[in-house]
Amino acid sequence: MCATPLLIMKNISKSFPGVKALEGVDFTLQSGEIHCLMGENGAGKSTLIKLLTGVYRISEGEMLLSGKPIHPRSPLDAQNMSISTVYQEVNLLPNQSVAENICIGRVPRKFGLLDRKSMIRKAKEILEWMNIDIDVTQPVSNYSLAIQQMVSIARALDIKSKILILDEPTSSLDTEEVEQLFKLMRKLKDEGMGIIFITHFLDQVYEISEKITVLRNGKLVGEYTTENLPRLKLISKMIGKEFTSEHVKKEFRNTDSNPVLINMEKGSVANKIEEYDIKIRKGEVYGLAGLLGSGRTELARSLFGLDRLTTGELWINDEPHKGIRPIEAIRNGMGFCPEDRKEEAIIPDLSISENLVLALQSRKGVFNKIKESEIKEIVNHYIDALSIKATGPEQKISTLSGGNQQKVILARWLAVNPSLLILDEPTRGIDIGAKSEVMQMIKVLSKKEISILFISSELEEVTAVSDRIAILKDRRIIGEQKGNSVTERNILNKIAEVPTL
Amino acid sequence: MNIKQSKEIWAFLALSLILLFNLIFTQGFFSIEIRDGRFYGSLIDILNRAAPIILTATGMTLVIATGGIDLSVGSLMAISGAIAAVMISNGDFPTIFLFVVPIILTALLGVWNGLLIGFRGIQPFIATLILMVSGRGIAQLLTGGQILIFEHQGFELLGRSYFLGFPVAVSVALLMALAINLFVRKTAIGLFIESIGGNSTASRYVGINDKMIKVSAYVVTAICAAIAGLIMTGNIRGADSSHIGLGMELDAILSVAIGGTVLEGGRFHIGGTILGALVIQSLTTTILTLGVPVEITQIMKALVVVLVSFLQSENVKEIFSQYFNPRKKALLTPIEKQIDDSTKEVLNV
Repeated sequence: MCATPLLIMKNISKSFPGVKALEGVDFTLQSGEIHCLMGENGAGKSTLIKLLTGVYRISEGEMLLSGKPIHPRSPLDAQNMSISTVYQEVNLLPNQSVAENICIGRVPRKFGLLDRKSMIRKAKEILEWMNIDIDVTQPVSNYSLAIQQMVSIARALDIKSKILILDEPTSSLDTEEVEQLFKLMRKLKDEGMGIIFITHFLDQVYEISEKITVLRNGKLVGEYTTENLPRLKLISKMIGKEFTSEHVKKEFRNTDSNPVLINMEKGSVANKIEEYDIKIRKGEVYGLAGLLGSGRTELARSLFGLDRLTTGELWINDEPHKGIRPIEAIRNGMGFCPEDRKEEAIIPDLSISENLVLALQSRKGVFNKIKESEIKEIVNHYIDALSIKATGPEQKISTLSGGNQQKVILARWLAVNPSLLILDEPTRGIDIGAKSEVMQMIKVLSKKEISILFISSELEEVTAVSDRIAILKDRRIIGEQKGNSVTERNILNKIAEVPTL
Repeated sequence: MNIKQSKEIWAFLALSLILLFNLIFTQGFFSIEIRDGRFYGSLIDILNRAAPIILTATGMTLVIATGGIDLSVGSLMAISGAIAAVMISNGDFPTIFLFVVPIILTALLGVWNGLLIGFRGIQPFIATLILMVSGRGIAQLLTGGQILIFEHQGFELLGRSYFLGFPVAVSVALLMALAINLFVRKTAIGLFIESIGGNSTASRYVGINDKMIKVSAYVVTAICAAIAGLIMTGNIRGADSSHIGLGMELDAILSVAIGGTVLEGGRFHIGGTILGALVIQSLTTTILTLGVPVEITQIMKALVVVLVSFLQSENVKEIFSQYFNPRKKALLTPIEKQIDDSTKEVLNV
C-alpha cells in the first residue's frame, strides 16, 4: 500500500528561548492506524502534539496533511483542519448537559436561536454510533470519568476528524473503562481515522497499537512496528540505554536482619495505587523503580498520609497508625521530599531560613516556636553541611538555583531528624554537580541508620544506592529485588514481562 | 532595615505626601490645642477616626495573608454595636459584660466564616459575602430597625474618653494591633499563615493544619471588628445598624494593600497596615477639610487603590527592572515566559 500518508511531519524542530525542545523529528501517521508516541518526561511528546494542534508554531520543518502543507495557528484552526485532541484532563463543562458539551461551539440554530431539539438529536446520533447509551440531557458531572472521556471524544469526533490525538486518556480509568475506550478506538480506526495515542502503560501500547514512535530528549529515536519491537527494547530506547554491560554494583549490604520500621499491609488508594505490601527496615535504602505513571509517587504519598488509604494498615515501629495524616507521619519520624519542587515544596516568598525550619516548626506545634538563636544555628549548620550557595539565610528561596532549592528542602527534612526520609525524584531539575552531592548524601544518611525510600526515573540512580527495591508497573508492585540482584537489567526484564493472566 | 526592600516604604511615602500637602495648603492642619486637658486638632482627629480602621485592617491583614478576604467586617461591627446597645437598654449588666459578650458573640460569627472557608472550602469572597449581607440585617433586627440611643458612662469610656489627653480608642486600637503582631510573631502562627498564603500545597506537605490556621485568622478579624464596632457605637452613643461600619471592608482591604501585604497572600506587614489605615483616614480628612463634597473621597480612594495595585504588580516591576537594566534578556510576554520557564524545567536546563 503506498497511498499518501494521512500526516507527515518532516524534520520538525522547535526552539524556545535558549532551549531546543525538538530537533529534526519525523513522524508519519497513516489513516486507519493507531500510533503510539512514547518517551520519558521531557522527551518532546507534548511539544510535538502542541505543534500539530497549533498551540506552538514550528521553528523548522513542515507538516503535510493528506499531502498538503498545513500551518495550524491555534487549536481551533487545527480542529478545522480535522485534527482533534482529547487531553488527559477532561475539559468539559461539568454543569452543562452532555448534548451541550458535545455541540459546544457549533450549536445548531434555528431562526438565530438555539435549536435544542436538533442539538439533542445530533448528540444522540454520535453517541449511538459509539455504542454509548446515556441520557444526553443530564449534566456531564453525573457520569463516570470514563463516560466523560467518551463525551470528550464525541465532541472531538463531531467535526469529522481525520486525526484523533489521545493524550494519556487512560490514566484515570479502570480496567473495564479502558476496555470500553479501546473498543471505540478500534471502531474509529476501522473507519479510517488516524489515531495518535500517548500513554505510560506499556501493556496498553502492545494491546492496541500498530506503530510506535519513540522520542528522547527532543530527538527521534525511531519508528517501529509494535509487533517487531520487544518490550525490553522499547524501554531501553525510551531511557536511552542498551544493556550490553552491567554497571559495577556497590558493596552489598544485607539489611534483612534490621528491624522493620514501616510496614504497610494491603495498602491501596482508589485510582492511584493498587493493593500493595511493603516493609521498610531501619537504615536501609529502599528504591522504587518503574516507568513514569507506574505509581511510585502514589505509593509514597499513601505512606505519608497525603492521600487517604482506601484499604490497608500501616505500622510504624510495630505500632498501628490508622488513617495517617502528614502531621502524624512527621511526628512519627517521616519526611517527604516531593517530586515537584516548585508546586509542592518551596514557599517562594519566604526566606531560606523560614523554608528550612518549616517542617521542624510544624512538628513542634504552633505555640512552641523555635528560638531565633536556635534557628540561626540550625540554618547555618545546614547551609554549611550541604554547601548551599546563597548570600545568606535571609535570601528568598525562589532566587536560588534549582539544586540549591532542593538542598534547602532536603535540609528541611533532615532538621526534623527523621527515621524515614522519602525522596521523590530528588535529583530532578538540578545540575550534575548537585546531583552527585544528593546521591552522596543518601549514602551517608543510610549509614546513620536513617531509612530512605528513594524514587527516581533514572534506573542508574536507583540501583546505585538501593539495598532493596520494589518494581512498579501500572500502579502495582510487580516484584521485589534485594542486594546483588538490584540491577538495571533485572528491573527492565521485570517491567517488560508480559503479564500472565 | 534595607529601605529598598521595605514594604512599608510606600505607605510611609504616601502618608508623608498627604501631610506635606496639608502643610502647604491647609491652614492650621498641624496645630494642636489643649482644651480641658485634651488635645484637639486635625491630627488627633485623624488618629481618633482611624482607630476602627486600624483594628479591622489588622485582622484583615492576617486573613489576606492566608490567601483569603473578609467582606463581613463592616456588618460584624454593626452586630457587636447592636448587641451592646440592646444589652444597655434592656438590663443592668456589669460594664465588663457590655464589652465581653458582644466580642464573644461576634467571634462566633468569625468561627462560622472560618468553618465555611477552611473546612467547607467555599471561596472566601462568597463565604464572607453571606455575613456581609445578612449580618447587617441581623444587626437591624436586634435594634428593631431603629437607631438605638443610650447613655452609659462605663461603656462610653472606649469610644469617647481620653487618657493622658489622647483618645482611648486610638490607644486600644494600637495596643490591639501590637498585641496581635506580637502574638503571631512570637508563636509560629505568623510563619504558618505566610506559608499557607505562599504555597498551600507545600504547607500541607509539611503537616501544617491550614484549616485551623484559617479559622483562627477569621476569628481574630471578627474580634477586631467587634471592638471597632463597640468604639463607634460608644462614640455616637447609639447603635446605628444601617450605617456603622458601612464600607469598612473596603477601607480595611485598602489599608492592607497600601501597607505592602500582597492581596494574593503570603508575606504580611501589620506595621504597614497601620500606616495604610492612617493614609486612608488622613486622605479622607484632608478632602473634608478642603470642603470638597464627600462623594469625591470615594473617587480619591479608588485612585489610590489603582496606584497601589499598579506599583505592586509583578508585571510593572518587571517592566521597570528591564527599563533600568537593559542588559537583561528581551521582554517576554507572560505566556512566552511561562513556556520558557516550563521548558527549562522539563529539560533540566
